Amino acid sequence: MDRLTMIKYVLGVVILLLTLGFPLIVTQPSLVNFAILVLMAAQLGVAWNILGGYAGQVSLGHAVFYGIGAYASSVLAAKFGLSPWLGMLAGGVIASLFSLVVGWPCFRLKGHYFAMATLAIAAIVEILVTNWDYVEGAIGISLPMNTSGWAAMVFTRSKTPYFYIALGLLLFSLAVSWIFKRSYIGYYFRAIKEDPDAARSLGVSLSHYKLIAIAASAFLTAMGGTLYAQKELFIDPGSVLVGSLSIKIALIAILGGVGTLFGPVMGAVVLITIEEFTRQMFGSTGMGTDMIIYGGIIVVIAVFSPGGIAALFAERERAWRARQRRVVFNPPGEGI
Amino acid sequence: MTAVPLLAVEGLHMVFGGLVANRDISFSVNAGEIIGLIGPNGAGKTTLFNCLAGFYTPSAGAIHFDGVSVGGQTPEQAARRGIARTFQIVRIFPEMTVLENVMVGAMLRSKKISAARAAAENELVFIGLEHRRDVKAQQLTVSEQKRLEVARALATHPRLILLDEIMAGLTPTEVREASQMVERIRDRDIACIIVEHVMEGIMPISDRIIVLDAGVKIAEAAPAAIAQDPAVITAYLGA
Repeated sequence: MDRLTMIKYVLGVVILLLTLGFPLIVTQPSLVNFAILVLMAAQLGVAWNILGGYAGQVSLGHAVFYGIGAYASSVLAAKFGLSPWLGMLAGGVIASLFSLVVGWPCFRLKGHYFAMATLAIAAIVEILVTNWDYVEGAIGISLPMNTSGWAAMVFTRSKTPYFYIALGLLLFSLAVSWIFKRSYIGYYFRAIKEDPDAARSLGVSLSHYKLIAIAASAFLTAMGGTLYAQKELFIDPGSVLVGSLSIKIALIAILGGVGTLFGPVMGAVVLITIEEFTRQMFGSTGMGTDMIIYGGIIVVIAVFSPGGIAALFAERERAWRARQRRVVFNPPGEGI
Repeated sequence: MTAVPLLAVEGLHMVFGGLVANRDISFSVNAGEIIGLIGPNGAGKTTLFNCLAGFYTPSAGAIHFDGVSVGGQTPEQAARRGIARTFQIVRIFPEMTVLENVMVGAMLRSKKISAARAAAENELVFIGLEHRRDVKAQQLTVSEQKRLEVARALATHPRLILLDEIMAGLTPTEVREASQMVERIRDRDIACIIVEHVMEGIMPISDRIIVLDAGVKIAEAAPAAIAQDPAVITAYLGA
């Protein structure tokens, strides 16, 4: 193991320990809440990245899966008293099945046309749910707050448990992402992204692996949706199915670095910081200034580092390694 | 009793709208043979490759591989059955390293990363690219990229490989090396069909040459006889 790899491992452990201890060190509720938002956003970015980053199928409709997760657990809890932990699994399964149904026809479309189809499907689902009385339509679903604690996944006094649930979900999503990346499926995803016809000529079934990607991505996204519902205890189409949410999920990964393990985490830190900062500066919704700043940052990233924030680090690492090699070949003092 | 040929094409037609790209083409390839496929531009050589590799479904006619009818197969089925190909315009995975490119091919036969890596390393040695294994594929020269495609196709353990203009744009030395490479592939008991315009590259090594012109097979014979064939001379030089 070389020095840089060691530094990376040590840094990773330090960051993980700091994150685990964060709610113990920082007790200010607004900061804990901020950290929860970052973790939740990062988890969504990591989930999106499996489909949009590794497999290269850009979805602009991920709010659908998020909404399915939020609605599935909430309806099951509000109407049938089912535990949200089981509701989270149910939401994941339903979102996966739904993703297979829409993925089957949509994956016949290439590039931008796939993105447009996902955008359209998300818009259709939002309108359908808004007009669906069984799930309270536009009024939305309020979750009961009478029972609090881990079994009900409701915490009314301190937000800290949500922090650990969000962190657990993020770590789980990173693990899934890492397992894909390291297995043949990850190689196939990249092959499909880089040249679909070449991949087919090597025996890779495009639809098979794209469906694996979307099902996994949808499952994880839906889990995030359930967590949101349990944290806010209220959902409506405008909060969990809205089109701007789909765009935000995609932005987190694109800004951070598509197809990298930790890029979406970096993207989430930057995006949520901007969002919360503008919200505090300019009032409740930030008067749209967060969107203006997002836009500016995306332009800057697109021009200077199209691979996202993660690409900046990767570039430095490559440069460092190249320097190391040169040092080995031409030791100092024995110059030519 | 005659053995079943590895590949048997009978009366193959490929029509695009009003354009007949392949008309009534029949030929067969035996295991371990090298077949040169030549013809002027637009003769239908690449279309024929696309039919054999499953990228096109022939409009009519039959293709049998190892005795099995494979006319309507998909490219991924073709690969699994043992028909590999390269592309006329190189189609590497540009952001992957050379080794990773070949590993994707090797994963058809072994889903384990370590086994796929070992198989890919062997193919890189075979093709002479092992010194470039950790370079991103897009950084290779065009002739290296063409060899990478061959290595990637070989990693799928084919019994028939379709090589589409792997010698185009090479220097005379490189052409000689490419010819030797094809012979070494044949020595692994893999049949080769080579589309090529570089005659000095394929004439010495081909067992037979098939000539297409305007979608029709106009000749099939040993290389020496092809050069004398009046129909071939007419096709290339005009009447």
